[in-house]
Amino acid sequence: MTTRSAINVRLGRAGRRVLGVALAAVCVASTTGFDANQKVLAPAGPHAGGVSRLWWIFFPVLAVVYVVTLIFCAVAVARGRARQGRDAGANSIPPPEAKPDEARERRVRSAVVVATALTTIILFVLLVSSFLTGRELTMTRSDAGALTIEVTGHQWWWEVRYDDAVSANVFTTANEIHVPVGQPVILRLSSTDVIHSFWVPNLAGKKDLIPGKSSSVWLRADREGVYRGQCAEFCGMQHAHMAFVVVADPPDKFWAWVAAQRQPAVNPQTDSQKRGQAVFLSATCVMCHAIQGTQANASVGPNLTHVASRAWIAAETIPNTRGHLSGWVANAQGVKPGVLMPPNSLSSEDLQSLLDYLQSLK
Amino acid sequence: MARENEKEREEAKQDDAVALPVEGERLRELEETWKSPRGVWKFLTDTNHKVIAMRYVVTAFVFFLLAGLEAAVMRLQLARPESRILTPDLYDQFFTMHGTTMMFLFAVPIMEAMGLYFVPMMIGTRNVAFPRMNAFGYYTYLIGGLLLYIGFFLHVGPDAGWFAYVPLSGPQFSPGKRIDIWAQMITFTEIAALVGAVEIIVTVFKQRAPGMTLNRLPLFVWAQLVTSFMIIFSMPAVMMASGMLAMDRLVDTHFFNPAEGGDALLYQHLFWFFGHPEVYIIFIPALGFVSSIVATFTRRPVFGYLAMVLSLIATAFIGFGLWVHHMFATPLPQLGQSFFTGASMMIAIPSGVQIFCWIATMWRGKLRLKTPMVFVLGFFAIFVLGGLSGIILASVPLDWQVHDTYFVVAHFHYVLIGGAVFPLFGAMHYWYPKWTGRMISERLGMLTFWLLFVGFNLVFFPMHQLGLKGMPRRVYTYLPETGWGSLNMIASVGAALMALGVVTFLANVWASRRAGVLAGANPWYADTLEWATESPAPDYNFANIPTVEGRSALWEMKDDTPIVVGLSTECREVLCTHIMDAEPDHRYELPGPSIFPVLTALAVGVAFTAGIFTPWAFPVSAVLSGASLYGWFWSNRNSKNEPVKERRARTDKADRPSPRPAARTVEGEA
Repeated sequence: MTTRSAINVRLGRAGRRVLGVALAAVCVASTTGFDANQKVLAPAGPHAGGVSRLWWIFFPVLAVVYVVTLIFCAVAVARGRARQGRDAGANSIPPPEAKPDEARERRVRSAVVVATALTTIILFVLLVSSFLTGRELTMTRSDAGALTIEVTGHQWWWEVRYDDAVSANVFTTANEIHVPVGQPVILRLSSTDVIHSFWVPNLAGKKDLIPGKSSSVWLRADREGVYRGQCAEFCGMQHAHMAFVVVADPPDKFWAWVAAQRQPAVNPQTDSQKRGQAVFLSATCVMCHAIQGTQANASVGPNLTHVASRAWIAAETIPNTRGHLSGWVANAQGVKPGVLMPPNSLSSEDLQSLLDYLQSLK
Repeated sequence: MARENEKEREEAKQDDAVALPVEGERLRELEETWKSPRGVWKFLTDTNHKVIAMRYVVTAFVFFLLAGLEAAVMRLQLARPESRILTPDLYDQFFTMHGTTMMFLFAVPIMEAMGLYFVPMMIGTRNVAFPRMNAFGYYTYLIGGLLLYIGFFLHVGPDAGWFAYVPLSGPQFSPGKRIDIWAQMITFTEIAALVGAVEIIVTVFKQRAPGMTLNRLPLFVWAQLVTSFMIIFSMPAVMMASGMLAMDRLVDTHFFNPAEGGDALLYQHLFWFFGHPEVYIIFIPALGFVSSIVATFTRRPVFGYLAMVLSLIATAFIGFGLWVHHMFATPLPQLGQSFFTGASMMIAIPSGVQIFCWIATMWRGKLRLKTPMVFVLGFFAIFVLGGLSGIILASVPLDWQVHDTYFVVAHFHYVLIGGAVFPLFGAMHYWYPKWTGRMISERLGMLTFWLLFVGFNLVFFPMHQLGLKGMPRRVYTYLPETGWGSLNMIASVGAALMALGVVTFLANVWASRRAGVLAGANPWYADTLEWATESPAPDYNFANIPTVEGRSALWEMKDDTPIVVGLSTECREVLCTHIMDAEPDHRYELPGPSIFPVLTALAVGVAFTAGIFTPWAFPVSAVLSGASLYGWFWSNRNSKNEPVKERRARTDKADRPSPRPAARTVEGEA
């Protein structure tokens, strides 16, 4: 509840009470149990943090405005009801007041003018704070010393490429973006098919990937953790299952991961794995996927060089277990209907060997 | 000649306006002249604005029920993670149909329909300015809606969202006919919307009752007028977007194809240049309902007439400067985006002014809490919250986080259901007696309100939190690990309550029509002119066109308030007045029933429907439309093209001559 204490500092006692009511209302609707790390108001970096701070300016102000407006509305209703009762008994209809009394109207008019002026002032304050936050988030972006990662959206998965001046050091993975804690990261975004939107709520706001346009987003993870993100622009049938994770590790762990990813795939050891590799290279798999160190180098589907190192498959749709992987390879349509990966009719032995091989690709 | 007799009779009446036997005969003649044609075939020829508007209302409400059912199925699907009630393909069709139907086939048409029904009655005239075009508009709308739903039932429903962003909706990623049907349907309904807008503007400008100067125009009529201008300026943008999309798909243009130098963002600009004003096109007429209801149930005019009118106009202007706030996540320059933040926040000021004025009206009024007024109070509670969450969306950094999440879904349902549907339900309870002649049950009305109000908040309040917890829009399911399950379940339970509310409303409409208390002309003791005639109103609306002596026409009407005499009872003649001060200008004969509007609509329908399959449809349809337009213009049985006759329409008052005698008119210049 760090966010809560942060706002308490910002507000007086009265504000806190109103906010308490509002928060209670939110909490009533809240859920318990395990929640994925995919939350706007649990920032783990300066970008999401800036937006979150802005939220805690907007939300209390607007909540107070709402409550005050409704109180005035309720008092107006009570007064109006009382006048109706006084003028004409409960059930009869009082005569209309076609030309209301000027002097009394003038008093009400000044109240309306004051309310409008207050509205304008509040809006102006919010406008300025919004502008300053936007400016701050843009200005603090530092390209120097930043890690650059190319992210390409596909229907319906994310291609992630770590660039390097040395071409041998460039490597590609999918749906799992590892970043070092504390270092700014620039994500260069592009799309090869339709519009997607890159959004990892704990770290940064979203940015659209529009074919024919380049865009980028920067973020910095200040805390270790696994942050879930998801495509936020409707992109077709499996838009719902186009997720990814950002894994923020301490720098040494991150660089160890990078070193491992730069390696070509391990060679198959057991007979079964060898047979699995042969299956992979002779079946339709090779048409779409790449495994560094083999002849497979297509880029239609995710790069599988280190597929076994990833925790989830199918764009964070199913855990990377043997059972799920088996179902996915045999008939991906059953898991993600509409996905571009065709069903594969492999003999059971071929399938088991292929799984052995894929699971060896750490 | 009967016409000569008529003239004599008219003149006789000017001498003795209260000769009752003559009056009875005059009413019979009026009845005869303005009578709606009966019979199955004749049914299609009707041009009475109330009949056409009621067809619009009923059709739009049927679409509302269909779109509501689609929403209910979606809520069923989303109630639990990974449920398999709908396949992703069907879910995409469902949410696209839901949005498209609600926006294009329900909200805009029903709001305009309320205007087409009540604007002529509130300004004291007998029909809209172009009655046949009005009928034409309805039939194009109907054909567009049927096209969309026939496609949907044949599993060719659009599936790229109501916004149909390219390239997803383009030829490469949406092969088949689904998007073509969507694009053509857009064009149909926009034609209907434009037609309605032209009707309302001309009717308001030229056919107001004498004395109803612009600054005495009821706020309802102002709202309709402002909306109509917004329609005229915004609809062409979406027709261009849908037309260019259709051309990209059907004849291989590349307006939106980046690979050929096209621009995917251009589509978004065109769409939202329409799409944002669209929200206000739905919302501003509802403000008119609210003003009518508030005035009636507080027994006084709405506080701050001038401020209210200027707020409506300001909203309309600023509404055109906000569209980029739908595109904050696109790579547009950030400084440019900030201007749209400013504009988006600015629009809260006129909205705020109106809310304050209504509160002030209740504060100073004598409030009666009948069902329509209770719906207005529900509107305050819901709409204000939606408006405030809109300020969050206006901020560029906050929008980066909440854009395209359930937070936005919550926001726009708060503004659209709160801002438009609640006032609409209030309006339907309020004008039900005018429509049917009977009162609608208060008890069932209150039940409807509470079911809708509680149901609504259960459905949509948790969605704010879902958005902040990262749930994006337009997902057909979600993983249990996301933790979104319970809130979604609450929302789905609320949807059931809302459905019950709508069923209660339908039951109420049905039961009250049979057993409701007879209403009489003005059951609420309201102030606007539609209540000056019996309920339901006769085909000719008013036995005598009234004159107006103040903003609250009926409340300020005196025993000696003049009426208009001298309009022919033999042809469909209306009084035209000056734009600003509504002084009598001339008499104008409106055309009567005709089959050609429906034929022309069908001919246009051929072009856009068959055009999906072959470009030959367009020349064929041009010939067909030409033929039916020929019939339309040259078969006008009501226009006899007689030479100029000088007649006078005047306001009849014993002790005072009318301010200005009517100018000459050419009879039959329709």
